[in-house]
Amino acid sequence: MRRVVITGLGLVTPLGTGVEHTWKRLLDAQSGIRAIDTFDVSDLPAKIGGMVPRGDGTNGTFNADEFVPPKDQKKMDDFIVYGVAAAAQAVKDSGWVPQTEEDRERTGVMIGSGIGGLSAIYETSLLLAEKGPRRISPFFIPSALINLVSGHVSIIHGFKGPNHSAVTACSTGAHAIGDAARLIMWEDADVMIAGGAEAAINRLGMAGFAAARALSTGYNETPEKASRPYDQGRDGFVMGEGAGVVVLEELEHAKARGAKIYAEVVGYGLSGDAHHITAPADDGNGGYRSMAMALKRAGMTPADIDYVNAHGTSTPLGDLIELGAVKRLFGDALQTASMSSTKSATGHLLGAAGAIEAIFSVLAIRDQEVPPTLNLDTPSDECAGVDLVPNKSKKRRVRAALSNSFGFGGTNASLIFKEYAGS
Amino acid sequence: MSDIAERVKKIVVEHLGVEEGKVTDTASFIDDLGADSLDTVELVMAFEEEFGIEIPDDAAEKILTVKDAIDFISSKQG
Repeated sequence: MRRVVITGLGLVTPLGTGVEHTWKRLLDAQSGIRAIDTFDVSDLPAKIGGMVPRGDGTNGTFNADEFVPPKDQKKMDDFIVYGVAAAAQAVKDSGWVPQTEEDRERTGVMIGSGIGGLSAIYETSLLLAEKGPRRISPFFIPSALINLVSGHVSIIHGFKGPNHSAVTACSTGAHAIGDAARLIMWEDADVMIAGGAEAAINRLGMAGFAAARALSTGYNETPEKASRPYDQGRDGFVMGEGAGVVVLEELEHAKARGAKIYAEVVGYGLSGDAHHITAPADDGNGGYRSMAMALKRAGMTPADIDYVNAHGTSTPLGDLIELGAVKRLFGDALQTASMSSTKSATGHLLGAAGAIEAIFSVLAIRDQEVPPTLNLDTPSDECAGVDLVPNKSKKRRVRAALSNSFGFGGTNASLIFKEYAGS
Repeated sequence: MSDIAERVKKIVVEHLGVEEGKVTDTASFIDDLGADSLDTVELVMAFEEEFGIEIPDDAAEKILTVKDAIDFISSKQG
């Protein structure tokens, strides 16, 4: 099987725009969670979110005009704009500029989303009810379709290879990267632009997740304290938005053009819980099996993993179920590994979560430093003996990192990245 | 320039993101101003909204240039 490495990274997150800006704030234990002030939340139980900081593009703010001409922005829901922006960063970072038609045909895109254009659907529904069908924009459907991130990225950059998108709720980003890597392994492409994008922080999204009793509601006055995985005070996840995109590349292709190599994608596992639409199986067997499959694919044992980027959404049940699965799988090997949930800083980016967390895992390998779990002041009893990197990043040896993503519907994905030593 | 022509050109500039100078009477939305078929649908909707008129699909299909739009709207408002 052909080997796949990561040669480019792009991020738009609640911590900011750009990989280095976001990563620095993450290591500095800063939170991207704040009060929602862009729409009425007075009647919503959860009034906070991880919104992408907007501005003129300086100091890590997001300026959509830098990535999409203003006249085209109205043809895209925000999730597409974020995805296009993260992809542009990743492609630029990789230095990959196809020169020939064959190059273009060997470069594909697989960027997914959990929900897609929820804001576009919500606003257009209101317009339909109020003014009737003649007022509906011809751009409504293409602004909301999940695969249109991949579509726009291919059009903008001229990438004519496989054009696809994953849609597996909160596992989307991880599935996109894992499946895209396989397309390269199977020689369907040499380069894949892969990741996830999400922008579901609107009244409909907030009301829907609140109705499912999934969101944190007890920290509306102290937003930065709300996402607290593994802490006894956790009470649900915090909605986040943004996008993460990586450039995956066949190893020899990357070497031949002298590309910078961040890490190798060595393991990918997938499983289904076959249990419940929103709750994970009590014994965490789905997550256990996806992690075990990823290890097997990588030819590794748990002792080879130094860092686990947990799914850890800060829900009372989910965090402990995942922790239990990791404990059972790793056994004594967990004593020498570190595990943290970066959702404590970013909130839960749903379909983008697996992608941004894959990037954090890769950066942990690059910098030999693992990001913290914020607000982990009083860990649940079950956390005893596990290094959850409370509140402060940690310099340590990171040979390989495992990133978990679990989604509604009982869909699980695990990715393993390994440092590339140049062989 | 009539009031209608000014308003039409303003809409075209806003929706297609083109420079005002390019929006001449004879400019074709698709050939000269970079619009695609979806853009032209949206332009017609914008005209309807701005002028409070209804432009049926068979009439909309014949609005290919800035002048076509001005003429049609003028005839409706005349």
